[in-house]
Amino acid sequence: MSLDVTERTDSGSRPSPGGHRAQYGVCAFLALLGLLVIVDATGIAHATSSTDPVGPRTVPVLLGVLLLVIALVYTVDVARGGRAEPEGGEDVDLTNPIDWRTVLLLIGAFVVNAVLIEPLGWVISGALLFWGTAFALGNRHYLRNLAIAVALSLITFYSFAIGLGVNLPAGVLQGIL
Amino acid sequence: MDNLNHLLEGFAHVVTPMNLLLALIGVTIGTAVGVLPGIGPAMTVALLLPVTYGMEPTQAFIMFAGIFYGGMYGGSTTSILLNTPGESSSVVTAIEGNKMAKAGRAAQALATAAIGSFVAGTIGTLLLVLVAPLVVDFAVGLGAPDYFAIMLLSFIAVTAVLGSSRIRGFASLLVGLVIGIVGIDSVSGQQRLTFGVPQLADGIDVVVVAVGIFAVGEALWVAAHLRRKPAGVIPVGVPWMGREDWKRSWKPWLRGTAFGFPFGAMPAGGAEIPTFLSYATEKKLTKYPEQFGKGAIEGVAGPEAANNASAAGTLVPMLAIGLPTNATAAVMLAAFQSYGIQPGPLLFERESGLVWALIASLFIGNLLLLLLNLPLAPAWARLLRIPRPYLYAGIVFFASMGAYAVNAQPLDLFLLLTLGLIGFGMRRFGLPVLPLIVGVILGPRAELQGRRSLQLSGGELSGLLGGPVSYVIYAVIVLVLAWPLVRRYIVRPLVEQRA
Repeated sequence: MSLDVTERTDSGSRPSPGGHRAQYGVCAFLALLGLLVIVDATGIAHATSSTDPVGPRTVPVLLGVLLLVIALVYTVDVARGGRAEPEGGEDVDLTNPIDWRTVLLLIGAFVVNAVLIEPLGWVISGALLFWGTAFALGNRHYLRNLAIAVALSLITFYSFAIGLGVNLPAGVLQGIL
Repeated sequence: MDNLNHLLEGFAHVVTPMNLLLALIGVTIGTAVGVLPGIGPAMTVALLLPVTYGMEPTQAFIMFAGIFYGGMYGGSTTSILLNTPGESSSVVTAIEGNKMAKAGRAAQALATAAIGSFVAGTIGTLLLVLVAPLVVDFAVGLGAPDYFAIMLLSFIAVTAVLGSSRIRGFASLLVGLVIGIVGIDSVSGQQRLTFGVPQLADGIDVVVVAVGIFAVGEALWVAAHLRRKPAGVIPVGVPWMGREDWKRSWKPWLRGTAFGFPFGAMPAGGAEIPTFLSYATEKKLTKYPEQFGKGAIEGVAGPEAANNASAAGTLVPMLAIGLPTNATAAVMLAAFQSYGIQPGPLLFERESGLVWALIASLFIGNLLLLLLNLPLAPAWARLLRIPRPYLYAGIVFFASMGAYAVNAQPLDLFLLLTLGLIGFGMRRFGLPVLPLIVGVILGPRAELQGRRSLQLSGGELSGLLGGPVSYVIYAVIVLVLAWPLVRRYIVRPLVEQRA
């Protein structure tokens, strides 16, 4: 994240949305993914047979090698000044740098739901998710948001889990709902 | 006339009060969700998938038909009233549409978009009825090597033709292909990339991938760059058009349809090219060239029709070969697969009732859309003012619910977050998302067909070449890949010579 700040200061006149140097991170990600796929593939039993002369290893190895190649080509492209525009959108304002605090808060709300959904049930964890996301995005009407969040999770639980038979856990509220 | 009979049967199937109600619900929520800023048609379908989990396949697809066209139409309303189109296919609509809205002609812009969508959607669906069975007849005779070649073409097409950077397109495709091989290999039964996690043995559900990349990725991306003051919404009354508007709209509608459908039906068509072609054509043919760039109704009517006709066109390869050509079709395909139904030539034989009911509901959904959207436009416009924290909290909420509901395992929520972070990174670094989704969906099938081809040839690589159909496809692939070189060394010198 510090990278972003320096980038904004040194590119001054035109905000550099492409983030040139940060792009090497993408190349590294692709290379690591390629290595991971190859390592995993070497651990697969090489089970070829007359009905399957290719076996389960060939495709992962091929993909791993291609990932390494594309990582290299990508690196060369970035080094030669290649970059792509970040995606715009209705609510996206690219003139600001990335707001990591908001992103991390949102991820936090997300993880809370993932951890609590089974023990506490969807009604509670889903309400926390909605409330937390609204908070992360800067809404400060705590009580109103709580009311909306609880209403939303109750409505979805009754209409989807009970009405349409969708899998949603009741959790601690089992028997009450 | 066999198809006509099938279609009539399809209609008979759909026209029950319950099914009509489902179609109406589908159209309404499809439009409502599609109108919401930041939510394109693909995300609309992905987010609404769980709504149909408890239903019979036929009923689910009746609803999907409504969601499909509703989501498409919703997107154009957003681009006309907000001028910051969420998806590339409505970029062109926004050019003239938003200018019209600013000049106080929002009602006419929305009307020509709605009626044009209806005209294009209806003609497009009719063409689907005529063309799809022909494609099926052709596809039935194809063998494993041909399918392998078609899927390779599809990979190359979505990465090399669409999007601005081939390198980034291929990177995205490869990540998708890797996600696709997670799980037990269907041929040998060996586990790949599961790291001993039992829940991964069944692979990563395509719905989780689509929702993660589209919905969670978008929410995180918007969170990083939230526009603190939402763009101004232009208030609008009930859409209507005067006699002059009709006169200027009907030809662009038809021309737009003619551009849109064939492009949608091609493996790399998409909606961007036909909408731009339509815009350029209308600009050339109009009697009012001075209005272009200031709000010309032709510039809304043509591209909007092209957009919808292209959407109908994408259903041809999707249903007849099982080949998704745009993000929305990819998610629709995932919906089919979640019901254990594999689109392709056999679909029309095995699930004939389902297919024709789906096609019939496309017609009905389209009509409902027109009846619904003209009076409801002011309500949709109000949806655009929803406070952004609530909008994105809602997206994350429904995304989590849908992803959890697929398999009822919390692990999917962590996968969803990981995929959301990948989607975030892709938006940040300008990597296209379509190749990834296509890779996830088609990757495993391409591997299967490739291995089947080699099995037939006893492991000889020549087995991949197959017959005449795959020769042609490989020639096209070579041409597509070599095109930048061809243009540089052959086309450009020729043009310069002439000049």
